[in-house]
Amino acid sequence: MKYYNYLLIALLMLASCKEKSKQSETLPSNSIFNLSTEWQNQKGETLQLKNLQGKTLVVVMIYTSCKTACPILVAKMKTIEEKIDRKDIEKVSLVLVSIDPETDTPTRLAEFAKINKMDAPQWVFLTSNKDATQEFANVLSMKYKRISPIDFSHSNIISIFKPNGQLVSQEEGSEINVEKVVTTVTKTVKSNS
Amino acid sequence: MYKYFAAIMGMLLLFSCQKQVRTTSEKPMLQNTFSNTLHPVPTTTKMVYIPGGKYEPFFLTDSIEITIHPFLLDENPVTNQEFLAFVKANPQWQKSNVKEIYADTTYLRDWIDDTTLPKGAKLDAPVCFVSWFAAKAYSQSVGKRLPTLDEWEFVAMADTDTFNARKKPEYSNQIIGLYSQKDRQFNSVKESTPNYWKVYNMFDLIWEWTDDFNSILSTGDSRVGEYDDKGLFCAGSATTTSDNLNYAAFMRFALRTSLKANYTIANLGFRCAKDTITVHQNNEL
Repeated sequence: MKYYNYLLIALLMLASCKEKSKQSETLPSNSIFNLSTEWQNQKGETLQLKNLQGKTLVVVMIYTSCKTACPILVAKMKTIEEKIDRKDIEKVSLVLVSIDPETDTPTRLAEFAKINKMDAPQWVFLTSNKDATQEFANVLSMKYKRISPIDFSHSNIISIFKPNGQLVSQEEGSEINVEKVVTTVTKTVKSNS
Repeated sequence: MYKYFAAIMGMLLLFSCQKQVRTTSEKPMLQNTFSNTLHPVPTTTKMVYIPGGKYEPFFLTDSIEITIHPFLLDENPVTNQEFLAFVKANPQWQKSNVKEIYADTTYLRDWIDDTTLPKGAKLDAPVCFVSWFAAKAYSQSVGKRLPTLDEWEFVAMADTDTFNARKKPEYSNQIIGLYSQKDRQFNSVKESTPNYWKVYNMFDLIWEWTDDFNSILSTGDSRVGEYDDKGLFCAGSATTTSDNLNYAAFMRFALRTSLKANYTIANLGFRCAKDTITVHQNNEL
């Protein structure tokens, strides 16, 4: 009878062992949370992308001094936010990443958030340095170029990520379909909760 | 007897368990794959001083000339041997460890294993099947950087005896001839004639990554109307480019616009560049 106890203990250990290793493997190889770059949010807090883990992400890259395409993108993000079911909103982060880190300081991002009424907790604004920005743009397959000291030319992409950082889909171009983004977000929230 | 057996089993399990836990705790370090935790790698590749100068970009927004500041450029592309040393020092860049977000499934495709070059590969042939992320990490590990698109194209204007051969019809024809040679990426570096700047293999072996390859806005969603697919591919719109003869440059730009940073391709490698003076990197906002 005694050796059954040993076996039982051994099995228990095996089980606990498995659980631990499972936890450490949860980050998939294609997750954006593998990126180790440091960012600052609109509150001036330093964070890594993996701190955004656990929520469905809607991500767009913009810069606050932009007068042309960005306001449209920002408006689209706001429409998306409004259309997401209120019971889901806690499980979603809407992330605006600056492509102009020199100008877009955390203070400036906070002002921008306030002016545009994007200061609810689901809104996340991020800024970093040139290298991190370039790396992140490349992860999103986004093209951008500084065309004058104050202006950038860039592609318009809204990306949706699962709570584990895997890309679900991207909407590209000036005719981004807001309804489609909302549907994808709702589906992603549902299948990950 | 069974008692001992069970006890030993238990011990073994405990042991294997500990091992797992240990690797788990090491993981966060390995996760910092991009820039923070790279191990430096020595390099002996000679760099050439490029004095810079005025340069007319191949695609024009206005007819602006860009000033290229002086910089240093590797005289040849990064070789298999050099990249092998890099992955040995930085296991997170070995093919079985690399994160999918940094390199697609064909990364170092023909390598026999993590630290063995492809069968029959020359040590001094350029490394290929590397992503932009890998190229960037390599550059950082040797204390260099990737050249910008403009820097690369500035050096690419040269033939063997002038620094700007764009106006010579034979210049483009010659490059097209080189581009169409099959399996040229398996040859050793520095076996052909260097250009005016004493830089080797700009065209004859591989295509090369540039730091800002993603800055060519080729699709219609760009704010700048003249960067569109027509401008790139349609001969009728060739007047939007600054030089009509340079079909080889068209090919390079077409390739660059089709790339994503985690792509790895059979004949796409890279070389490194460096600033002439060490500029203090100001990373604060």
